[in-house]
Amino acid sequence: MTAPAGKTIAEKILSAHAGTDARAGDIVVADVDFVMGQDGTSPLAIRALERMGVEKVFDPAKVALVIDHSSPSPVEGVSALHTQMREFGKRTGAKIYDVGCGVCHQLIPENGHVVPGDLMVGCDSHTCTYGALNVFSTGVGSTDGAAAMASGKLWFKVPETMRFTLSGQLPAGVFSKDVILHIAGLIGADGATYMALEFDGPAIDAMSVEARMTMSNMAIEVGAKAGLMRADAKTLAWFEGRGTRTPAPVEPDPDAVYAVTHSIDLSELVPQVAKPHSVDNVSPIAEVEGTPIQQGFVGTCTNGRLEDLGIAAGILAGRTVHPDVRFIVAPASKRIYLDAMAAGYIQTLVEAGAAVVTPGCGPCVGTHNGVPSDGENVISTANRNFKGRMGNSNAFVYLGSPATVAASVIEGRITDPRKYFEGGAR
Amino acid sequence: MKLTARAFKYGSDINTDYIISGKYKFKSNDMEAMAVHAMEELDPDYYAKVSPEGGFLVAGTNFGMGSSREQAPLVLIHSNTKAVLAKSFARIFYRNAINTGLPVVECDTDLMDEGDELEVDLEAGIVRDLTKGTDIPFPPLPPVMATLLADGGLVEHFKKHGGFAL
Repeated sequence: MTAPAGKTIAEKILSAHAGTDARAGDIVVADVDFVMGQDGTSPLAIRALERMGVEKVFDPAKVALVIDHSSPSPVEGVSALHTQMREFGKRTGAKIYDVGCGVCHQLIPENGHVVPGDLMVGCDSHTCTYGALNVFSTGVGSTDGAAAMASGKLWFKVPETMRFTLSGQLPAGVFSKDVILHIAGLIGADGATYMALEFDGPAIDAMSVEARMTMSNMAIEVGAKAGLMRADAKTLAWFEGRGTRTPAPVEPDPDAVYAVTHSIDLSELVPQVAKPHSVDNVSPIAEVEGTPIQQGFVGTCTNGRLEDLGIAAGILAGRTVHPDVRFIVAPASKRIYLDAMAAGYIQTLVEAGAAVVTPGCGPCVGTHNGVPSDGENVISTANRNFKGRMGNSNAFVYLGSPATVAASVIEGRITDPRKYFEGGAR
Repeated sequence: MKLTARAFKYGSDINTDYIISGKYKFKSNDMEAMAVHAMEELDPDYYAKVSPEGGFLVAGTNFGMGSSREQAPLVLIHSNTKAVLAKSFARIFYRNAINTGLPVVECDTDLMDEGDELEVDLEAGIVRDLTKGTDIPFPPLPPVMATLLADGGLVEHFKKHGGFAL
């Protein structure tokens, strides 16, 4: 008799939360540790709860609603939806993160609402971000979110896993954003549909927790349900002082069964750019270098963290934004904003010509704070560049790392940032 | 359940921003009002063409990729889209469609053309192209999803059972 095969991180976390031996392909009803919604999705979840006749959430300490997508409100319709969310918070005891707090995918881990080993769902597709923290987190719609808020449970199809083993030292001026863009270009926008990703290997070990979050954030851009990583000493150190719950890290078994495996050596990788109008339309920067731009944006749940602002500030220190370019910066949270001020990054960026806006999602999702004009090109650190994404169907959005954006806003055209890193890695 | 309507055909990788743009969906919870903007980025006339008599949205692979917005299936329902037929679906859209009561059919759509009269038999798992006289089989929904759709969506399932009964 042979022992049953080992399990992936996804299979282990879903097994533990469903109380069964869950394998890829099984459907389980599992307990969730946390449920989140944002202002684009929570109003429909609140309506679904009302239609269900549910007046309470399963545990007010395990539900949070974040006002980040149109924050502060640009129009009265949005204001009314925000009011609904605040009233829901008062009525149920669910936590409300209001205007100025920041982007949901920064706030949920930053405040210790999730810890390694958790299962959580969020009414936002980029909920996969916390996979970098060894949390099985996935985006769901508002009605699924409502069901989870009501019952503390949700049904899941246990995904197969696609594993990436990443090795080699990233060259100076090349970042985790370039890695995930490269992967999106490699496997395509539906390359991992219905699957979980597992990222592992020495190149992941070498990355900061923030850089890892950039990669897991974009798992959905290849159709994946989650973008998981192991928790190491860096992960556990990151959680110190963030909340009271104890991490329960989950490792994949050495004999876990993977649907697909990829091994990539990153030591020769160059900066990558996703061209309009799809995230998998990726090319090495040389192919788009010189493309004129009228706006640059550093921020979002992908690249609005302290390290990202530091990279941009490092390039822009003592330099100025090109006169024909608007440069918009949105720290991902109030805490990051404060830390970036303390580090001098905000001073540097504003002196260089940046317009710093309230922590939130606005420019990325086209609600406010930087809608481009017809025919304009934008270089952004966001995760999506669909036609119309930034609020104008006649604009063109390019995606790159914070370094690529910072280098580009200086020259007014898409620019290879590596020249700012000559003489060694930062 | 058998549904009959004309095919309105589009391509692959249709994302939820194209189904309903963020610039509309963040402002309102009124799906009737938002439905006139359904599919606007790809076809500004979608609502005008589909809503009077109803229609099937026929697409290629990876339909509904991108954001988790449930407004996407809802505006399709409110534009009188009877079902979406595609070669494959993005995961979150697929769940949202079932949860809100929009039938989704994963089948080979290559042979269907714009304007074809189609009959979708959800129980039998057959799309009949009445214009061409061809039958295209499709695998039935997984039992969990069939239960949810039969109950009229996830809200009705919860009302009926007081929680998950899957």
